Amino acid sequence: MTVEKTYQEINERIKKGQAVVVTAEELVSMVKEKGVTRVTSEVDVVTTGTFGPMCSSGAFLSLGHTKPRMKTHKVWLNDVPAYTGIAAVDAFIGATEVPEDDPLNSVYPGEFRYGGGHVIQDLVGGKTVRLKATAYGTDCYPRREIETEITINDINEAILFNPRNAYQNYNCAVNLTRRTIYTYMGMLKGNLGNAHYSTSGQLSPLLKDPNFKTIGVGTRIFLGGGVGYVVWNGTQHFPGINMDDSGTGFGHAGGTLSVLGDLKQMSPRWLAGTSMLGYGATLTVGLGIPIPMLNEEVCRYAAAGDDELYAPIVDYGEQYPNFIPSNLGYVSYAELKSGKITVNGKEVPSAPMSSYSRAKEIAGTLKQWIQKGDFLLGEPVQLLPNTEAGIKANSLKG
Amino acid sequence: MSSKKVVLYFAADITDQPIIYRLVKDYDLVINILQADINPQKEGTLVVELTGDNFGPGIEYLRRLGVAVQPLTEEIIQNEEKCVSCGACTAICPTGALYIERPDMIVRFNSDRCVVCRLCVKACPMKAMEVRF
Repeated sequence: MTVEKTYQEINERIKKGQAVVVTAEELVSMVKEKGVTRVTSEVDVVTTGTFGPMCSSGAFLSLGHTKPRMKTHKVWLNDVPAYTGIAAVDAFIGATEVPEDDPLNSVYPGEFRYGGGHVIQDLVGGKTVRLKATAYGTDCYPRREIETEITINDINEAILFNPRNAYQNYNCAVNLTRRTIYTYMGMLKGNLGNAHYSTSGQLSPLLKDPNFKTIGVGTRIFLGGGVGYVVWNGTQHFPGINMDDSGTGFGHAGGTLSVLGDLKQMSPRWLAGTSMLGYGATLTVGLGIPIPMLNEEVCRYAAAGDDELYAPIVDYGEQYPNFIPSNLGYVSYAELKSGKITVNGKEVPSAPMSSYSRAKEIAGTLKQWIQKGDFLLGEPVQLLPNTEAGIKANSLKG
Repeated sequence: MSSKKVVLYFAADITDQPIIYRLVKDYDLVINILQADINPQKEGTLVVELTGDNFGPGIEYLRRLGVAVQPLTEEIIQNEEKCVSCGACTAICPTGALYIERPDMIVRFNSDRCVVCRLCVKACPMKAMEVRF
């Protein structure tokens, strides 16, 4: 007998407090023990989670009007520039923006101690943030400058809007050159000194619904400690299958999400300002997605364990920076999590950039929310393009 | 047998002497050089970890030569409020003082193994590793 469930049926069970919810980690062992058919009928929702540095994050802030009125032309929050070419008192603070007087990489490797991601964490933590703005003055908006202090409660809206989060899969970064390099994948020692990876593997949202059968526009999610939504595919959404040179498949990769939520109900524990030595500032985002167990196919994919999920090994010393296709092989998340992998015949210490323990906490929190009946599933009004869409990446010429 | 970390300051007139050799040869001390620096005035600073039964006599020998010896009071601490257990420090820590506790994947810090190289202080994305004096 084939199991088929609808969002409505699952939501009814959630409302009655009867839904069976497990984390993706729990599902892996459950399916190994009981088989897909039984687990699909027993389980209603599987929760996932990830907590890692996610550039392409930011927040829209609607500051409120001044007296006299002012059409802001330049805005700074704790000296970090925000983009205000939207409207009179609306601004967007991007996670990777840094103060204009930051030494950047002039003293290499730069520390990037404070940037847009830190502003977002300070705001969401209720801290006071210095606001400075200038304007050119108009008949209807005459004021030219303001310096004041704000908190998240003083401003009208604060909307976290991350155009690209939750990468489906990511590279395992190594360095084949002789010198230490400083990348967005952390500090990579020369001569294959270490290997860094950055997904939560068997807990990672888009690795658990790799064909986008349930995740789409309107999916309700855990975002930054609060409730958010998937609003579109992310930028650079290139869902595909990783292959080695012989054409053997190593699983899905390339999907991303665009997500949004009310920053005012989020928490600094799940939106953390982040400094990547020699690279820049960013934001570490906590994100978790519930996957409804609609049928056996959805369950089977969600049950993939760390030993069945693979990351491509990529050289960040020469090949990545020069945009040369690079594949030093594939490595399973089980191997990566063990702390040692083998690359080019050499044993290399491996370490994550994304926190598995926090990812697990997110999946657990989302599970509790659903069990309590507080969090209903959002049925997507439109699913996102998957591998079948055949989206190809363009690159800039010049 | 205990290990102790000390800072040694050498005046310019003794930087040409084989002091470390003597500590090994005559006092049977295991020496791990954590940091070494000679300034333009030819004065030197060494941060070393000394292990051996003759730690006391070895230190006396150094003082007799005019080397200023001070215990290493600088230490690294893990700010557990800030640490998110990402793991970014664990493969770069040269001594294994920072490591991942499996299967929970929690980042732990064993200060006994720390040689205060400060790599983690620079590399931690959350600025959770702090130097304390």
